[in-house]
Amino acid sequence: MDTGDTAWILISAALVLLMTPGLAFFYGGMVRAKSVLNMMMMSFAALAIVPVLWVLYGYSLAFSPGGNGWLGGFDRLGLSNIAVDTAYGTIPEYVFAGFQMMFAILTVALISGAVADRAKFGAWIVFTVVWVSVVYFPVAHWVFDFGDDGGWIATQLEAIDFAGGTAVHINAGAAGLALVLVLGKRVGWKRDPMRPHNLPFVLLGAGLLWFGWFGFNAGSAVGANGLAGLAFVNTAVATAAAIIGWIAVELVREGKGTSLGAASGAIAGLVAITPAAGAASPVGSILIGVVAGVLCAFAVGLKYKLGYDDSLDVVGVHLVGGLVGTLLIGLLATEGAGLTQFGKQTLAAAVVLAYSFVLTYVIGLLIDRTIGFRLDEELEVTGIDQVEHLESAYDFAGGGGGSILKTGA
Amino acid sequence: MKLVTAVIKPHKWEEVREALAGAGVAGMTVTEASGYGQQKGHTEVYRGAEYDVSLVPKIRLEVVVDDADAETVVSTIAAAAQTGKIGDGKVWVVPVDSVVRVRTGETDEAAL
Repeated sequence: MDTGDTAWILISAALVLLMTPGLAFFYGGMVRAKSVLNMMMMSFAALAIVPVLWVLYGYSLAFSPGGNGWLGGFDRLGLSNIAVDTAYGTIPEYVFAGFQMMFAILTVALISGAVADRAKFGAWIVFTVVWVSVVYFPVAHWVFDFGDDGGWIATQLEAIDFAGGTAVHINAGAAGLALVLVLGKRVGWKRDPMRPHNLPFVLLGAGLLWFGWFGFNAGSAVGANGLAGLAFVNTAVATAAAIIGWIAVELVREGKGTSLGAASGAIAGLVAITPAAGAASPVGSILIGVVAGVLCAFAVGLKYKLGYDDSLDVVGVHLVGGLVGTLLIGLLATEGAGLTQFGKQTLAAAVVLAYSFVLTYVIGLLIDRTIGFRLDEELEVTGIDQVEHLESAYDFAGGGGGSILKTGA
Repeated sequence: MKLVTAVIKPHKWEEVREALAGAGVAGMTVTEASGYGQQKGHTEVYRGAEYDVSLVPKIRLEVVVDDADAETVVSTIAAAAQTGKIGDGKVWVVPVDSVVRVRTGETDEAAL
């Protein structure tokens, strides 16, 4: 085992963890003041739930030997059969398991942006548990497990997905679309103003996500080496290029560049370079970034034409950006690029998209038909923070808005 | 007694306050307000979605004065708040029946 590799992956894991609180700010700033806490709590729910499931059975289903191309085995239930000196490549397996845990947290949290303001929190908790178990853990196995009994995308199809363009972003984007179709539009959508209540939060979140993404992508080299360095540089430059691409669209369309556009362009670039970070050249990464920035800037407007309330554009940024990176790397990879590779990329993207969409739609429908997924209209209008969390984010008026402390009186 | 209420542009508030202090007005109540009149709002764009923002931020100030001072106070505010462009605001005067100073119990003119 290599101490340098181990140190870098430990740090990368912590960086990836930070992405989920970063996402909470990115999403939280984009919703109205009356639902920012719920938005952020959906991310924190993932932080609370997924690590427990990951240790109990998630890691095993994704990475244990003894499975097949579709699902891992059961040797790692409860992280059993691992000792401190068990190696995974050049790093301890505990370190690898901890690093991959963070990807699972982030992926389900990404979906929450699609259903802002209107999902019962209890239903979201149930969804989180079922979705990571039925959708994420198997798909992570397909894409990330390169072992002897590894996943079919990683070891048989050999599609390129360096850090999770399919397993994380196409997966979350397709799931977001499915959930939107189950839950429907927010009350007053397209009529009431639903503009972001705190753009500095959005920029802060985008910055934290970008910072953490270096762990996501460069950490996916699973070593402290030149490949990590390439992924690091590609992550930086693709993101920069995507901001330019998104802002360029705004300059043509509205004549001004917006801060929300800059933040959104950054995320679009990060998403698109995720599958490609270890396989593209730095110049190729600029191209991927620009294409992602431009396409996603247009894609986020589609929901108004198609009539689905993907509140924070999980589809327009993560599904579209994920597809851009996953498909383009088939043509732009420094090794093995071509129509054959493009076909493999297309198949991997299509299967993950379809699997995630169908399964998520069924899970969403089952939750809706049993415990109900959608908040009552009156409660939604009142504000989900107040009714689902017994809190309000901001004390605008001072004096607690006329509140009286009951406890201890 | 009269209640003078003025709705003015926020960036003129400091000039109005200084002018009123010069005219001997010792105190007032100020609130952040929003509204619209001839001055139209503006357009904001979030991820390509355009919003017409019709409400314009304003400062609303209220001061209760002797009948004899009302005209001076109104003209002082109007002069200090004026830019000559739409959206400068309005000043209006209404009669006040009674006033009590909470600390001392003084009433009417003695409470001003």
